Amino acid sequence: MSTKEENNNPRRKFLKTLGLAAGAVSGAGMLSSFTSETENEKVKVLSQDGQLVEVDAKSLKIANNPDKGIELTELQKRGREGIPGKKWVMVIDLSRCQNARKCMEACQTAHELRPEQHHINVLRMQDTKQTAPYYMPKPCYHCDNPPCTKVCPVNATFKRQDGIVLIDNERCIGCRFCVAACPYSARMFQWFEPEMTEEEKMRTYDIELNVPQKKGTITKCLFSADRLREGKLPYCVSACPNGVYYFGDRNEDAVTNGTTGETVRFSELIRDNAGYTYHEELGTKPQVYYLPPKDRRVPYKAPENQS
Amino acid sequence: MDDNSINNQTTNNSLQNIISDLTNPIKRNPIGNKIWVTFLVLVIIAGLVAYGYQIKTGLGVTAMRDYSSWGMYIGHFVFLVAVSLVGSLVTAILKLTGQKWATPVTRISEIIAVAAVALAGLTIIVDMGHPDRALNLFLHGRFASPILWDVTVVTTYLVISVILLFLPLIPDIAILRDHYTDAPKWKKKVYNILSLGWKGTEEQYKLLKKSIRIMMVLIMPVALAIHTVTSWLFAATLRTGWNSTIFGPYFVAGAFMAGAAAVIIAMYFFNKNYKLQKYLLPKHFDMMAKLLVLTSLVYLYFNINEYIMPYYKMMQLDRDHLNELFSGEESILFWSVQIFGMFIPIILLLFKKMRTPLPMMIISVFVVIGAWLKRMIIVIPTQFHPTFPIQNVPENFHHYDPTLIEITITSATVAMVLLIITLFVRLFPILPIWEIAHESGHHDIEKEGQK
Repeated sequence: MSTKEENNNPRRKFLKTLGLAAGAVSGAGMLSSFTSETENEKVKVLSQDGQLVEVDAKSLKIANNPDKGIELTELQKRGREGIPGKKWVMVIDLSRCQNARKCMEACQTAHELRPEQHHINVLRMQDTKQTAPYYMPKPCYHCDNPPCTKVCPVNATFKRQDGIVLIDNERCIGCRFCVAACPYSARMFQWFEPEMTEEEKMRTYDIELNVPQKKGTITKCLFSADRLREGKLPYCVSACPNGVYYFGDRNEDAVTNGTTGETVRFSELIRDNAGYTYHEELGTKPQVYYLPPKDRRVPYKAPENQS
Repeated sequence: MDDNSINNQTTNNSLQNIISDLTNPIKRNPIGNKIWVTFLVLVIIAGLVAYGYQIKTGLGVTAMRDYSSWGMYIGHFVFLVAVSLVGSLVTAILKLTGQKWATPVTRISEIIAVAAVALAGLTIIVDMGHPDRALNLFLHGRFASPILWDVTVVTTYLVISVILLFLPLIPDIAILRDHYTDAPKWKKKVYNILSLGWKGTEEQYKLLKKSIRIMMVLIMPVALAIHTVTSWLFAATLRTGWNSTIFGPYFVAGAFMAGAAAVIIAMYFFNKNYKLQKYLLPKHFDMMAKLLVLTSLVYLYFNINEYIMPYYKMMQLDRDHLNELFSGEESILFWSVQIFGMFIPIILLLFKKMRTPLPMMIISVFVVIGAWLKRMIIVIPTQFHPTFPIQNVPENFHHYDPTLIEITITSATVAMVLLIITLFVRLFPILPIWEIAHESGHHDIEKEGQK
């Protein structure tokens, strides 16, 4: 986008001001980069206390932009490193899931996915004819022995020190070998150009959010790595109205329920409720645990109009 | 193996006749040929337009979606790699084991190999979501990925195949340089450069034969490697239908079968269009047909292993997959391919009458089409049987019906293979003149030729 155009648009200028304010609050260090044609161009903006100030055009950003104002190289670097000392783990209590699908919605909104793209997908399961059906949210399992990262020819998908399996859309060549290799169907491909405005397309790519999404590359569940960096629970976990999700750090042996905020010991939760992972026989060592769908809080209701 | 009878028939031929017969296709450019080339070029242009559209819009213009995320392109890639193996089968394995009858077929199989493997590489690029980032394979290449192994061996195979095509061509190019006096200027120039100052001295022949032998030995492990590694693109996953330990030899056996059939088709049309009946004898066809039966039988054996054992055990996902193939949605395709592309060809070719040019060419067409469809059967249906059910996605995510765009692009790559072969025949002798001359008793081509 050209700076000239922006100057002619008062509304956009206002947004910029807001952005500047937001940037200022979150620290001067974050005001490092933005797209601009000339390096030292100055722009006049209103500051939070009503004063007209002149700032570097480079430091401006749009307020409704998830862009954190950090340079791409820094985002890429910290995104690949992960958060030291952490080992993220998720526990999904199948006895509580009522197919509310708030997790799916929150996830699709945050990652700007199409309706058919599910970083987390709530499946209707029935293990045998005799057993009761149940709902099963299925994110990426962030396996400790991930079959997907193994086959990537360019190291675009990788496992970080905190256990999260990420995909770098700036490097992915779109061969889809990882899609073929994942036994849990956790990976999606951007078959078309993701729907967004030109302006949105210009945002700095955040590897921990996969936004902006990029055509011709893979997208997948990231355990909301961007939220974890801010000390918050993942989008899906906090969106759940039914207390299905626990999320936490294995090293601390503590997981927090996204609905009730209650923190419990991970090992006790798994031990006392006969927690398990799916398809352990594949040797993938998933880091998403399930609690069995027993003593369900509400009876299973067949879905309405959900294909 | 009755080598003598083959050689006797060409012995009475004078060297001048041999040279004139075998360079004839280069000198003529009949109208049929022009129409053929124009047709191929049009198909290629259509493919380029379709590819431009695919680049602009995204791979969504194909029928591939998140569950069947590999489709016709990957199947076609496997097919092209398979066909290319015949180069090593005929030029290296048959020649090194002393099968003299294979001499006139070597160059045909080698040019098929070169054209097919080159286009296999291109097909992979067509399948990529970000072809502009292909360089990442070198900048960020991870050698733990089978794709890196594939890139390495396919490139190596292409290089060795080109060398193995070119080396035996040198004396023939020298013959063209010396005998094709009314050639257009540019052709003369090409022959002059490419003959590398060949004089045909005893020492040169000795060196040439030695280098060819070295390349023949080298190409065998590389040929086995390219198709084994290609099979590992599937076998390296945990998916039912791909998670198999015999995929390497299974693919290699199928490749030899498809390649042998491709060579038979080429032989038939070269014979018909370029009047090579004196050199591509019924005996050669007969031997190629027997080779096709042999390779098909080996492939049949692997098919039995690959399908019957999992079906006996009936693990849940294997059962779902195999039921789909044997009696479900894909059963018509599956059984057509197995019956018309394998069982019936094997039985028919056991009869001597069927091992004559026209019938075996028709049988080979069935084998090649069957081989192509078989690659689709290996690649596509298995992807619809992941460990978790496919839910909450649109209807077209549950099926794979190739779109016009991907069919057009795939056709264009086939046209490119055929164009490379056609242009090669317009420029170089498709049968090895000097080797045939030597086997007919003309050992000093250069001296005799000047008389």
